[in-house]
Amino acid sequence: MSDVILKATNISKQYRLGLVSSGTLSHDLTRWWYKVRGKEDPFLKIGEANDRSTTGKSDYVWALQDINFEVNQGEVLGIIGKNGAGKSTLLKILSRVTSPTTGEIKTRGRIASLLEVGTGFHPEMTGRENIYLNGAILGMTKKEIQQKENEIIEFSGCQRYVDTPVKRYSSGMRVRLAFAVAAHLEPDILVIDEVLAVGDAEFQKKAVGKMQDISKGEGRTVLFVSHNMAAVKSLCTRAIVLEHGKIAFEGTVDKAVSFYLDKHSQNQDTGKKWDENNEDIPSGENIKLLSAFVISENEYDISCPTYIEFEYVLADAIENFNLSLVLSTSDNVPIFNSISPVINIEKGVHKTRLILPENFLNNSLYSVRILFVRNSKAILDIEDVLLWEAKEVMKRNIDWYGNIIGQIRPQLKWQFD
Amino acid sequence: MNTKNENWLYTISPKQKLIDFNFKEIWRYKDLMFLFVKRNVVTLYKQTILGPLWYFIQPLFTSVIFTLVFNNIANISTGDGIPSFLFNLAGITLWNYFKECLIGTSDTFRKNQNIFGKVYFPRVIMPISVVVSNLIKFGIQLLVFVCFYIYFIFFTNQATQVSIQNELFLLPLLVFFMGLIGLGLGMIISSMTTKYRDLSYLVTFGVQLLMYASAIMYPLDLIKEKVADGSIPKIAGVLIEYNPITIIIEAFRFITLGVGDFSFSKLIYVVAVSLLLFLMGLIIFNKTEKSFIDTV
Repeated sequence: MSDVILKATNISKQYRLGLVSSGTLSHDLTRWWYKVRGKEDPFLKIGEANDRSTTGKSDYVWALQDINFEVNQGEVLGIIGKNGAGKSTLLKILSRVTSPTTGEIKTRGRIASLLEVGTGFHPEMTGRENIYLNGAILGMTKKEIQQKENEIIEFSGCQRYVDTPVKRYSSGMRVRLAFAVAAHLEPDILVIDEVLAVGDAEFQKKAVGKMQDISKGEGRTVLFVSHNMAAVKSLCTRAIVLEHGKIAFEGTVDKAVSFYLDKHSQNQDTGKKWDENNEDIPSGENIKLLSAFVISENEYDISCPTYIEFEYVLADAIENFNLSLVLSTSDNVPIFNSISPVINIEKGVHKTRLILPENFLNNSLYSVRILFVRNSKAILDIEDVLLWEAKEVMKRNIDWYGNIIGQIRPQLKWQFD
Repeated sequence: MNTKNENWLYTISPKQKLIDFNFKEIWRYKDLMFLFVKRNVVTLYKQTILGPLWYFIQPLFTSVIFTLVFNNIANISTGDGIPSFLFNLAGITLWNYFKECLIGTSDTFRKNQNIFGKVYFPRVIMPISVVVSNLIKFGIQLLVFVCFYIYFIFFTNQATQVSIQNELFLLPLLVFFMGLIGLGLGMIISSMTTKYRDLSYLVTFGVQLLMYASAIMYPLDLIKEKVADGSIPKIAGVLIEYNPITIIIEAFRFITLGVGDFSFSKLIYVVAVSLLLFLMGLIIFNKTEKSFIDTV
C-alpha cells in the first residue's frame, strides 16, 4: 500500500439559508450562550440534507455530511456529482477557504487549488507583475517564480503583451496567463475544478497535457472535480460520487462513472408503458400507443447504437401508413425529422423501432415527438414522449476534452489524399 | 495505527486556538506581503495626471484650510512663535497615517472576498500590507513636513519658538504604535462588518468624529483651559486627554515643535492600549477568517 497523503474524517458543513438579518443576531446570541456554558451548538442538531429542489422546513442545510475518504500519494482522485452535490464546498474546505463545521482533514503535503484561475489579477499592473502577484497568492515564493518566469510566459503564449497592463488583455489571454501561473505551481496536492472549460482548443490540449504530466510524470497527487465524464475517465484512477452532500459511491473510476450515470438517468423519461384498458392511454383514430422506449446497450453511451421503439395496437388495417419522428433538444429546437417508409399494415399489435447509429448523438439531452400518419395526415401526435440524456462515456482518442459543438455529432467519412 | 502515520503537516478542522498567529507561516508568505504593498503603492494613482503629487497635495490643502478656519477665523492660538500652518501640518501628517491604516484595514474582508474565497494564505497578510503601504505614504508626507519645517525656520521669522527636542528618537515608536492602533481597530471592524454591515457606515463618520476628539487642529492645553473655566464639560476634557491618539499627536508635536503635552507615563499607557487593541483585533480576526466566506 502506498502512503496516505490526505485523510478526511467526518467532514460536515452546515449552511444557513435565507437572508442575514436581525434574526441572525438572536441565533448568534443563543449559540454564544450555549458555548459559554460549554454545551454543544444547538443549531448543529437541526438541518436537513441538501436537496435543492425540495422545500425544507429548516433554515439550516448540510452541504456536506460525514465525508470520509483517503487519498494516496501520487493518486488522481476524481470527484463527481450533480450541481449542488457539495463538490465545491468540499474543495473550499480542502483549500482552506472555509472551515468545516465538524470533522477534520489531515494532510501530509501542501494543498494548492486551481479553484478559479486568475485570482487577484490587478488590471492596472502588467502581465509580468501579475505573474508575480498571482504566483505569490497561490503560495509561491519570489525565488520560485523568478526561476519559472520565462517558462510561464512561454506557456501562456502572451510574450508580446507581457509588459502591458492586464486591463488591455482579451479575456482569453487573461485566462491563459492565469492558468500558466497555476500550472507551474508545485504543491504536493493539487485541486483542480473544471479548468478544462476555459481557453481554445490549442490551449486546452496544452492544459490537459500539463495535467497529465503533473499526475503521471511527476507523481503528484491530484484531486480532480468535473462534470466531464470522458475527462474524468482518462485522467483519474479512483473516484468519489457525491450526492446531496454525502458520499454515494467510492471506487474505481469506471464503476463510479457508471454509478453516477445510472443515478443520473432516473429523472429521465426513457420508457413508458400504458395499460390498454386505461383511459389516459394515448390514442387516435383506430390506434392506441402501448409503449415507448429508448434502448441502449450501455447507459445511453453515444458510441453504441440507440434504439427508439414503439409498440402500438391498431383496431383496423390501415393503408398508406407511416411513422414520423422528430428529435429535438431539451429546449425544443428540432434537430431532424425522420419519416418511415409508407406501408400497408394489418390490424393488431405492432412494434416499430428507429435505429440511431453509434457515434451519431452528442453529449446532450434529447426529446422525442412521434407522429403516426395515414394518407399524409397525423392520426396520433405525441410531443415529449421520451426524454433522455446521451452520454459520452468512452475515452476519446484525442487529447482534448472540450465540448464538441453541435446538437449531434455524426461520424462522417473523411478523405485524405 | 502506526505512529509514523500520524506525522501530518497540518490539520484542517473547526477547532481553533484563541490566538493563532503562526509567525512561521506568515514569514513564508513575506514575498506576498511585499507584492501587495507594491500593488497598493503603484496602482493608487495610476492614470492620474498629477500621479504621486497627490501624496503632497492632500495634507497641504487640508493644513491650509485648517489654518484658515481654526486659526484665522476661530482664533485658536497655537502658541507664540509657532506657525499655525506648521502646527496643523504636523497633526495632519500623523493623523492621516492613522486614518488611512484604520480605513484601509477596516474593509479587509469585504474588499478581498474574491481572493479570500478562492485561495488560502494567512489572511492577516492583507491588513499588515495596508499598514506597510501607508507607512511609505507617511514617509513621503513626513518629507513634506520636513521641507516646510526647514522653510519656516530658516526663511521666515515666524518660527521663533520652534525647537527639536531630545526625545526625537521616539519618533519611530510613535509611528509604530499609531499604526498598531489603526491595525487593531481596523481588524476588529473588518471582522464585525462581515456579518453586520452597519459598522461600515459608522467608520467614515466615526473617524471624522474621532479627529475632533484627537487634538489635531487645536492644542490640548486649550481644552484644559476651557475645562478649567467651565465652558467644556469635564468628561469631554478627560476623553480627549486620555484618547491615545491625542497623546501620540501631542507627543509628536512636542518632539518636533517643542509644544505639547509629553510624559513617559502617558506613553506607557498608549503602549498598553495599543497592544491590547492589536491583540483583541487579532483574536477577533482569527475567529472570523475561518468562516467569514459563508456570511459575508
